[in-house]
Amino acid sequence: MPVVEFRDVGYQIGNKTILSHVSFTVEAGETLVLLGRSGSGKTTALKMTNGMVFPTSGQVQVEGRPTTEWDPIRLKRRIGYVIQEVGLFPHFTVAENVGLVPKLEGWSRPDVERRVADLLQMAGLAPAEYLGRYPRQLSGGQRQRVGVARALAADPALLLFDEPFGALDPVTRSELQRQFLELRRDFHKTSIFVTHDVREALRLGTRIALLAGGRLEAIAAPAEFRSAISEEAGAFLACLED
Amino acid sequence: MRTDLANDILRLTGEHLALVLTAMAAAILLGVPGGVLLTRRAGLRKWLLGFASVVQTVPSLALFGFLIPIPFIGGIGPRTVIVSLVLYALLPILRNTFAGIAGVDAAVCESAVAMGMTDGQVLRQVQLPLAAQTILAGIRVATVTTIGTATIAAAIGGGGLGVFIFRGVASVDSAQILAGAVPAAILALAADGGLGWIERKLAPA
Repeated sequence: MPVVEFRDVGYQIGNKTILSHVSFTVEAGETLVLLGRSGSGKTTALKMTNGMVFPTSGQVQVEGRPTTEWDPIRLKRRIGYVIQEVGLFPHFTVAENVGLVPKLEGWSRPDVERRVADLLQMAGLAPAEYLGRYPRQLSGGQRQRVGVARALAADPALLLFDEPFGALDPVTRSELQRQFLELRRDFHKTSIFVTHDVREALRLGTRIALLAGGRLEAIAAPAEFRSAISEEAGAFLACLED
Repeated sequence: MRTDLANDILRLTGEHLALVLTAMAAAILLGVPGGVLLTRRAGLRKWLLGFASVVQTVPSLALFGFLIPIPFIGGIGPRTVIVSLVLYALLPILRNTFAGIAGVDAAVCESAVAMGMTDGQVLRQVQLPLAAQTILAGIRVATVTTIGTATIAAAIGGGGLGVFIFRGVASVDSAQILAGAVPAAILALAADGGLGWIERKLAPA
């Protein structure tokens, strides 16, 4: 059973069509990259996966159940979410940010503390040094790592990434991309990753779904994608040569 | 004679404080939840903020005049005064609560929702703490103006430091006017300073 399945999904606001007839599946352990220009509907598709947005036609299924039938809070807590501006709570310390979902889930305090320390260690941030810091006392790359640690905290089955590395300098971005790959190798997490950077898509995706104007233009593994399977794919690949 | 005056000042300052504290407590209890409601119901926004703004433009003596004939909330005495002080204090509290919550970084709220926080958890754990400074700024402005406005209470038998001021004006006695105005000014400065200090404490370190 696929972890996520989009079945002929459409989304309209008024008479504006954001997505139409989008179908794809995400299998366990893979990273599906949603690639597209601004306004192609990729973020909307991502938000449909954890029930932030519901389709106006068709159906999104998570673990075989339509998102509309999930308890909305349960669904969101089962899925880790990382966004570009990170969205760390500025009034929470690093420890409080990372421990948020486990705490909401009612874990005991020692369990939360142990989990937070493990995650920070894994993210390459020495717990003793970073636990008590506030987000503004971190660099952009460190904030993003805390964001990823927070998304992983309650051991979700699925992770969603909305252009998480978009605002970082190229060196930090490349470093975090490498960590992302290690994460997938070590923990076999399933993820959906939104980006407009074709290089990032080719590096991170096990498959790439190309969205254009709210439609799914193509879906292919990186090697196949490189052979310019559609006009829009060609336009993206041309960026590699610039 | 001197101790009589000192006693009067103390007693009327106490009355004044009681008026202000009662009015502010009611205004906060109405204004903060009201402001939260405005962030959840866009349709109410125009009406509630509009109403509070209109009230604010009515001169206080005229407002007393309007309220006196109304049963239950009107009449001569402190009750009418408190009702009108609440109405005046409402706008800054309502507006700042709304603005404070609306001003919380959208990415922060979105990630709070995405992490599976309920609406109540987003409000209590994220929006209210991050808006606290702005809300308190509204309460501070409202408190300072309420301390001043409350001096007019004496005009309809509401008591407070205005008693000195009205008496002084009637008998052209500037000492009496000062006996009311100076303690009122000190109260206002103390409220401004105290609430300002808490406000700075709430600022992210």
